[in-house]
Amino acid sequence: MSDNKKITLTIDGKTIQAESGQSIMNACDAQGIYIPRLCDSTGLVPQGSCRVCSVKVNGRVVAACTQPAEDGANIEHESDEIQGYRKDLVRMLFHEGNHLCPICEASGRCELQAMAYRFGISQATTYPYLQPVRPVDASHPDIALDNNRCILCGRCIRASRDVDGKNVFEYVGRGIHKRIGVNGDCLADTNADLNDYAMSLEVCPVGCIIRKGEGFFSPVGERQYDSDKIGSNIENHTAHSSLGKLIKVHQIDPNDAIHDDIDQSNVNEDKS
Amino acid sequence: MEHRKLIETSCSHFNNDPRRMLDILWQIQNSLGWISPDTMELIAQLTNTYRVEVEGVVTFYAFFMSKPQGQFVIHLCEDIIDRYAGMLPVQNAFEQILGIKVGETTKDGLFSLHLTSCIGMSDQAPAALINDMVVTNLSPNKTKILIRTLKKTRNLASLVKTFGDGNNSHELIKSMVNNNILLKGDVLLGDININAGLNKAFSLPPEEVIATVQASNFKGRGGAGYSSAKKWLAAAATQADKRFVICNADEGEPGTFKDRVLLTERAELLFEGMTTVAYAIGSQHGILYLRAEYRYLLPYLESLLTKRRNEGLLGTDILVDETENTRFSFDIRIQLGAGAYICGEETSLISSCEGKRGEPKNKPPFPAVSGYLGYPTVVNNVETFCNIPRIVDKGAEWFTSIGTPESSGTKLLSVCGDCTRPGIYEFPMGITLGEVLSLAGAKDPEAIQIGGASGVMVGRADFERQLCFEDLPTAGAIMIFSSQRNILEIADYFMHFFIEESCGYCTPCRVGNVFLKQGLEKIMAGKGETSDLKYLQDLGKTIIQTSRCGLGHSSPKPILSTMKNFPLVYAALLKEHPDGRQAGFNIQHALDESRIIAKRRSIVFDPDLGGD
Amino acid sequence: MKKKRIATTSLAGCFGCHMSLLDIDERIFDLLELVEFDRSPLNDLKKFTRRCDIGLIEGGCCNEENVHVLREFRQNCDILVAVGQCAMMGGLPVMRNAIMHSDDPLRECLDEAFCTPKVLNPENQIPNDPALPLLLDKVYTCVDVVKIDYQIPGCPPSGETIWRALNALVKNEAPALEYDLIKYD
Repeated sequence: MSDNKKITLTIDGKTIQAESGQSIMNACDAQGIYIPRLCDSTGLVPQGSCRVCSVKVNGRVVAACTQPAEDGANIEHESDEIQGYRKDLVRMLFHEGNHLCPICEASGRCELQAMAYRFGISQATTYPYLQPVRPVDASHPDIALDNNRCILCGRCIRASRDVDGKNVFEYVGRGIHKRIGVNGDCLADTNADLNDYAMSLEVCPVGCIIRKGEGFFSPVGERQYDSDKIGSNIENHTAHSSLGKLIKVHQIDPNDAIHDDIDQSNVNEDKS
Repeated sequence: MEHRKLIETSCSHFNNDPRRMLDILWQIQNSLGWISPDTMELIAQLTNTYRVEVEGVVTFYAFFMSKPQGQFVIHLCEDIIDRYAGMLPVQNAFEQILGIKVGETTKDGLFSLHLTSCIGMSDQAPAALINDMVVTNLSPNKTKILIRTLKKTRNLASLVKTFGDGNNSHELIKSMVNNNILLKGDVLLGDININAGLNKAFSLPPEEVIATVQASNFKGRGGAGYSSAKKWLAAAATQADKRFVICNADEGEPGTFKDRVLLTERAELLFEGMTTVAYAIGSQHGILYLRAEYRYLLPYLESLLTKRRNEGLLGTDILVDETENTRFSFDIRIQLGAGAYICGEETSLISSCEGKRGEPKNKPPFPAVSGYLGYPTVVNNVETFCNIPRIVDKGAEWFTSIGTPESSGTKLLSVCGDCTRPGIYEFPMGITLGEVLSLAGAKDPEAIQIGGASGVMVGRADFERQLCFEDLPTAGAIMIFSSQRNILEIADYFMHFFIEESCGYCTPCRVGNVFLKQGLEKIMAGKGETSDLKYLQDLGKTIIQTSRCGLGHSSPKPILSTMKNFPLVYAALLKEHPDGRQAGFNIQHALDESRIIAKRRSIVFDPDLGGD
Repeated sequence: MKKKRIATTSLAGCFGCHMSLLDIDERIFDLLELVEFDRSPLNDLKKFTRRCDIGLIEGGCCNEENVHVLREFRQNCDILVAVGQCAMMGGLPVMRNAIMHSDDPLRECLDEAFCTPKVLNPENQIPNDPALPLLLDKVYTCVDVVKIDYQIPGCPPSGETIWRALNALVKNEAPALEYDLIKYD
């Protein structure tokens, strides 16, 4: 995407350099400015669905993970208004599913929880709890899916499709009934494997994908986000166990083989 | 598998191409009645995709069925206009005579009953679809007759005793739908000369066609008021070996039905318009994206395409310039949708044409640069395309002489609701709302919803405003509500509509709209407090600002605009609770089940036992 | 400075939050300089002796008694604070809301608890002594039932968290918690 041409952006009044073609998020990451995110994960194609990375560019709110940085853009990132939206979005996700942190194995390394901690969310909202009743899929010998904790970030979908080349997951349904479907009657019907990248701890930001027989890796107090805020690795340019690891991504498009009549140069690389 | 052959044939009919997934699914569903998991598995094998991807497509669209259905699938329109026209008694009549509830199928496997969003028949409501047949002006009595007839004849055609006006009686349509054209303007519904515009365009260089439209100050009729010519210039300027012209005939906005009338009466003008634009931008391929609710028009539209192919107006080398050595070829295919309001959004529509879930794409890149399959694509709606040949034929000056300085030309309005003359009106841009209301015979108009669910609701204070881009822009729906109607009930229905139709891609629209509706319901139940207004306002703002596409940018509008224009309606229902109790919590209701199970009453909360 | 009067209670909770309050260790003496306790399990006072400045609620509402007590607290306290996850969002008891699918959810819940072969209860009797409060159809959070002024998150909130929050509250300030004190588990 990047053609190495240098451009200049202003973010919260600070001028930064970026490369033409970079997303706003990547440009900021490179400068140690962390824009909160949930559906985006290093190595996966950004899709801009959680909207937690909302920033205001020239007066319009956009998702920083998918919005290309444009020369001279004036970006509002940590204003009260934008922070307010982000808090609202994180709260919506908490209220949409059943996020019972005390009983969740992901607690302490959960990105949704960590995002709420980072935003300092401790007080009540007027949002109702939707308390969905979604089926738990424990059919697979090594992996269980507790869909009640799913925030529909779709990271497992992209990891399975683009990294593992498997398409174990895909979105099904729509609206508030949208959920992650599996390629079969249940997970045991699919070729999902514990060693898939999609099943690794880096991919599911919450406790929806559960690796059976593992868990509670670190004692309370020593867990990933107990003292380090989410995003601090970007802000401090430090290598981090999850984000510092580079994952090799093979883009696998099942359509390629049969549709070679399409001039690939014209096809938008961003398949999402 | 039992139906293996049939599924194989359907898939191979579309070259096992997953980009034609909607067509494949339609063809299979038309034969089998539904798409079973095994069917999905087989389709996935044949099209080299995954079962879960097929399931993703099937479950995205309201008209694809993942459960077995009856031979006759009834989709009763539950739009607010239909509700006020007596849809609930009709629903009761269906449920009674069929002995099933909404969502169920009769034991004999003959009928299934579903509710659906607006089917574009608001001027002849209540209406329903039975398979692809439209039945209008329903009443409980008529409903019973319909079912009895169907049980006897098992033949949909037997339901239509008299045909509607105009082309509705065409032998390929044969529908009871009426056009209800009540005012013909100079541009679209008056006398027109078919192909005059296209022939003139062919005599000009493509750039001049665009220049003419640009000079006419024509803006797209979808409601956003974007200059169509600018889109075309962007598409024409993008280097590519293919370009696409797509007509958005996914008229899903509640209360809108003008495109249905144009498709019935001006379909040739539409195809002429698409061809003109294709010529102007150098496109070879056109797609008409037809909403599934209008599939009763499909055979007729296909026949017109065939006719134009025979006349040399579509197909290979329809214009050959030997001196310049240029050749222009253009053909149109019809893509049938499958019941998704979101597909009216241009990038969702493109996703849907590609055989995928109709979810919006990220912009940029804009479709004019990278759209259908990554090629430069122009998406315009039916009314827009119909305008183009007229402008090219009669000239920019003629067009700008109609309407206001900022908004040239005419606008088709679909008028429905509490009025004596619901139907289609072609007004010059700039007509006042009051004039529309008096022509339509509005009865005691109190609140007018401009532009469907995603528009705004205005009151008497706004009746003098002009319908045009610079004042009150509208995509064409005017819903009239009298003082007898409950404004909050209307807003509540629209929220229900948006929740049903949200694609669920982004958090604010998927979740926020559900919260908005619950907040409104609380107020309607008389349990709201002043603080709830601010809650709705703040939540609405977050949804508008952070949503990914136009659906979320509009969905809070029914609540926000009624709060702004009808504040007293809200204020009258608010009550403060200084005791600090939540009015939304009902202890009696919460204990009901327990009393039955325990077979005793509450010492605390049953007053006669000494409770409070 | 006049001492603030505090009342505490545990509704559908595990008393863990009360235990955590005791985890402030010797600072309990400092606390007693600032506050005096009215109705609370800590002093076994069952009724309000007078109006209180602050009410601390542990646990959500799963039965009628919880609702009754919570309303009494709302009526008698100027500031009402939901302490811990159960009070804030239902906590562990709220899991029963998610196992109930039928039209008769409470029956399903009781059957699951008392009448499956998994439990040793040969006569399949569901406890129903007149002294037992009636169960609600589902578990409600405190804010579902009454207005709540502040929350202290955690399961339980650490002694440190409660200490900081109380210190702010007795100074009539909103409890502002730093990063490492906000915990949902």
